Amino acid sequence: MSVMEGRTTSALLYLDGVHVSFDGFHAINNLSLTLEPGEMRAVIGPNGAGKTTMMDIITGKTKPDEGTVLFDGITDLTRLDETRIAELGIGRKFQKPTVFESQTIEDNLLLALNVDHRVKGTLFWRGNKAEAERIGRVLETIRLTDARSRLAGSLSHGQKQWLEIGMLLAQDPKLLLVDEPVAGMTDVETHQTAELLKEINKEKTVMVVEHDMTFVRELGVKVTCLHEGTVLAEGTIDQVSSNERVIEVYLGR
Amino acid sequence: MTPHVLTRSLDRSASIFILVVAGLGVLIPLSNLLLPAGSALQVPTYLVALFGKYACYAILALSIDLIWGYCGILSLGHGAFFALGGYAMGMYLMRQIGSRGVYGNPILPDFMVFLNYPSLPWYWYGFDMFWFAALMVLLVPGLLAFCFGWLAFRSRVTGVYLSIITQAMTYALLLAFFRNDFGFGGNNGLTDFKDILGFNVQADGTRAALFALSCLALILTFLICRAVVTSKLGKVLIAIRDAESRTRFLGYRVESYKLFVFTLSACMAGVAGALYVPQVGIINPSEFAPGNSIEAVIWVAVGGRGTLVGAALGAVVVNYAKTFFTSGPLAPYWLFMLGALFILVTLLLPKGIVGTFSAWRESRKATEKANAESAAREDGVGEPNPAE
Repeated sequence: MSVMEGRTTSALLYLDGVHVSFDGFHAINNLSLTLEPGEMRAVIGPNGAGKTTMMDIITGKTKPDEGTVLFDGITDLTRLDETRIAELGIGRKFQKPTVFESQTIEDNLLLALNVDHRVKGTLFWRGNKAEAERIGRVLETIRLTDARSRLAGSLSHGQKQWLEIGMLLAQDPKLLLVDEPVAGMTDVETHQTAELLKEINKEKTVMVVEHDMTFVRELGVKVTCLHEGTVLAEGTIDQVSSNERVIEVYLGR
Repeated sequence: MTPHVLTRSLDRSASIFILVVAGLGVLIPLSNLLLPAGSALQVPTYLVALFGKYACYAILALSIDLIWGYCGILSLGHGAFFALGGYAMGMYLMRQIGSRGVYGNPILPDFMVFLNYPSLPWYWYGFDMFWFAALMVLLVPGLLAFCFGWLAFRSRVTGVYLSIITQAMTYALLLAFFRNDFGFGGNNGLTDFKDILGFNVQADGTRAALFALSCLALILTFLICRAVVTSKLGKVLIAIRDAESRTRFLGYRVESYKLFVFTLSACMAGVAGALYVPQVGIINPSEFAPGNSIEAVIWVAVGGRGTLVGAALGAVVVNYAKTFFTSGPLAPYWLFMLGALFILVTLLLPKGIVGTFSAWRESRKATEKANAESAAREDGVGEPNPAE
């Protein structure tokens, strides 16, 4: 059963006491974290802190050994697979930008639209105006309108990052998990990405994993620092970055 | 499917392909039947049968291209579906022999009499009716592919592991069909066919008709493949091929897509096998040999995977080469040549004949366009490019 009896938390995403180990290595260790609806959260932490593994757990790629993972207060995500979780409204951007390189930008967005994803529906699919308009709006947002019929593989690294964010928008999820969105971007692009995410956050709940502290500061949201698979510190960027332990393990003196 | 779906976005190469196959499908039988034997333009009957074989191979190649070229599923056991379709047709042809067999038994095929079968095994029931056999041609390969794919794709068996188990599947079937007590004629298979739907399988007219039908089936298979790959489902297949887990995180049930296209492909291979058997006059367990399936994959690689037209072309080109070389003094070296061909194509033409050709044409077009644009700019009439 994937739906719990009654709702016990107001959080959109609720992780409690989550453990995962791979061959004896404790990737996630008693991790507890909640995200309220409409919130944007930045997650920082050194390599191997378990940031990506946490996203794998939320999106169903990895099953936790123990612990609770609830979406919208009622749905137990640990029992569902990736497809089902995506259908529920959790979208994910990968650390390495992953777009469909041999297809056009437009087609990438078309594939991401949250319409009928079953075999029959796609086999007999015919485009309609509403879908075309939605794609057009996303193209505007990610500033790729002029490149719409180019192959995604021909985009620059930064543009691919944006296309992937655009695919998330087309997917229209309730919760966006964004893994390192500004890796490999110029300062201008980084700034634009921060603006874009703030814009998206007006309607959606967002979790951003990022190493770029300037970017995290620009987002101006609550920050969670992970270390060795557990929460080391949580609070405003100033609180977290002045925390002794955070400085020790992550920021460096 | 509506005709609209079948004819959607027929580009130039697709139209040329259909016209050529349709033209050959009409002209070759006409030339064979109407022109006097010995005339320079008359296609002799043995060639009609040979071309018919090529057409069947082309259908098999299309079925492999659909799953490998578009969805990244490398099946090294597709010959099994081809052979199963062939056996279903062979069983019908065996039942048509009736009491004309060596032992004159009206019900039991010769090999069953020889092996002292008391009565017809249950799984031979119904094969005296053409419609039933035709249904089985689709159903048996389709059902095997569905069950096999359901288990494999749900357990997320991909890449080389999937290739290996498809290979094991066809090898297991090879061993099973070799057994006399399996009920399909063992080592010798099914042969000595007399007639199909009342027509003598050896007659020129029947052979010509079978060739024409094979061309028609090739065109239909091509149109169905094309309808699939140009639909939104085709885009999903390419997405799965290029980034499977991304596709999953977008909310697509990847295993359902793979299962659909794998089953469809197996049915197509079954049809190819069914058309093949009456034209070559025999079906035996060697059709299940893993080497056959690998050879079919090589046709697709040579022609160009993910191009459909290329797959069909590759099947014909490689098989023509095979016919040519295996009938001369070079015969013992054919397998070496085939291996060398595969290595050379992989190294030098990774996109195959058709893929390389269209890439070359596109780059030439792009160069021409760029030249035209720079010429226009020099003339001072160039529009500013909004993308820049």
